[in-house]
Amino acid sequence: MRRFFARNAPAYVFLLPWLIGFFLLALGPILASLYLSFTRYDMVNVPEWVGLDNYVYMFTRDRRFWKALDVTFTYVALAVPARLIMALGVAMLLDKGLRTIGLYRAIFYLPSLLGASIAIAILWRQLFAADGVVNQIMATFGIQGASWITNPNTSLYTLVILAMWQFGSPMLIFLAGLRGIPRDLYEAAEIDGTPRWRQFTRITLPLLAVIFFNLVLQTIDAFKTFSSAFIISNGTGAPADSLLFYTVYLFNEAFKFFRMGYASALAWVLLIIIAVFTAVAFFTSKYWVHYENERD
Amino acid sequence: MKTSATDLDLAIQVDEAARVAHALKLRRDRRERNGRILKHVFLIGVSCVMLYPLFWLLASSFKPENEIFGSLTLWPSEFRFDNYTEGWNALPKSFTVFYVNSAIVTGLSVIGNLVSCSFAAYAFARLQFTGRSFFFALMMMTLMIPYHVVLIPQYVQFLRLGWVDTYLPLVVPRFLASDAFFIFLMVQFFRQLPRELDEAAMIDGCSPFKIYWAIILPLSLPAMGTAAIFSLIWVWEDFLAPLIYLNDIKSYTVPLALRLFLDQEGKSAYGQMFAMSVLSLVPVVIFFVLFQKMIVRGIATSGMK
Repeated sequence: MRRFFARNAPAYVFLLPWLIGFFLLALGPILASLYLSFTRYDMVNVPEWVGLDNYVYMFTRDRRFWKALDVTFTYVALAVPARLIMALGVAMLLDKGLRTIGLYRAIFYLPSLLGASIAIAILWRQLFAADGVVNQIMATFGIQGASWITNPNTSLYTLVILAMWQFGSPMLIFLAGLRGIPRDLYEAAEIDGTPRWRQFTRITLPLLAVIFFNLVLQTIDAFKTFSSAFIISNGTGAPADSLLFYTVYLFNEAFKFFRMGYASALAWVLLIIIAVFTAVAFFTSKYWVHYENERD
Repeated sequence: MKTSATDLDLAIQVDEAARVAHALKLRRDRRERNGRILKHVFLIGVSCVMLYPLFWLLASSFKPENEIFGSLTLWPSEFRFDNYTEGWNALPKSFTVFYVNSAIVTGLSVIGNLVSCSFAAYAFARLQFTGRSFFFALMMMTLMIPYHVVLIPQYVQFLRLGWVDTYLPLVVPRFLASDAFFIFLMVQFFRQLPRELDEAAMIDGCSPFKIYWAIILPLSLPAMGTAAIFSLIWVWEDFLAPLIYLNDIKSYTVPLALRLFLDQEGKSAYGQMFAMSVLSLVPVVIFFVLFQKMIVRGIATSGMK
């Protein structure tokens, strides 16, 4: 017993801050929000147990919940592939035949660092406003613009474009992955006269294990989009709920209307959605990810 | 006679082959050069599109109000710094206050992240203990959890503790390694360091803390630097947590202050809003330019955003 203690004590001392954090800031709150999701709670009165009411209401009668799901899934389905295709395309251009890629890499990455800031969200509102830059550029080509942000049919696309603009970080990960593919595979294919496209589908894609990594990371990230949607929609999901991202809806339920119980139920549904996506990606990965050299 | 004819034949053939090979090489070189030029043209085009919004923001911050919307030219007819001087004091509190607040929150958060995450990473990467793989798996799972799920109970708890409208809810979690990304990043790095170092130090009677402090940390400055830069940029840009926990304008951070400009859009202070937006991005851009190599390597090895 004493030896057990002596062996483990130093490690747990180092682990202590994280352990406290894990129980008080992660596990505890997650369980607490599970409990709150079965209650009605306005922060003034004590939580009142209502069973499954929150979930039943959410799935059967809350049209804004479905709207939020619709907006968020549409965004994920558009923004993630757009960003990844852009990232992979540019990474492949940078990977071969160019000696000076440092400057390009820096330019393409910069938006990823700035993109989450409020300043950029403010800028985006103005770029796509009725009298904004985008419409002015289109006007010089004689095209009649639209009021992109205030039109419910187009507002979501401005955020998809913002997501595409930030293709830099998956691009860097792709670049590292491309470096890991042995050159001789391409040379052998070249000698065999394999066309470029088949080299891409038969060598690059299967050996680029980071695609999987990027896909999971970017999908989770896209589900969590908040700041830009919040700023561009004035914090409400306007116009006509077309920017009612799931997180924006959750924020409003919790901190504007103080329906903490209902918001907790929303949070748990989000957690389950993200968990399902991650699990599916992991469990199917062995069928479509090939590692060049398996390591522990 | 006969031999010399074949020799000549051979010589001609070799010469011909060399000429063809040379021509082919020339053609390939030319094609490759053309391909390269085409690539550069394309990449420069993409760069311009990517940077245009940022340059537009910068240019607009120097323009008089009536020039911002209306012309696409980036160059202002005259450079005016009014937007900066007036914007700095346009809100009920001066931006000096907001920058000091942001600096306090960011500085403390970075310190908290570095200390607590390197502690945990050291335990995971270098120490043997019961339950290591179990806790490591738990730590990796927390990477997936959206902040929104823990937000409400955390808020209720911090409200009870009387921490709302202080910086404690923003800073204290960082001292408890709540940004598990950095643990992951540091574990990756610590694992690569040779084990013999720890073993030798252990035989010399060094305590685990001594090994952490005198061996692991000094050898891990690149990883610590990467973590410091990322946590600095992320905390600086953080919006959701300050939005929830800071209600009093005196304690606002810069992103919250910027949002106030949007509430007074009717007053048409676009120039000032843009000027302050530019200023808020300046620290990030400076850090990016200074530490670009570290940032790029950090992403490539850990896959952070």
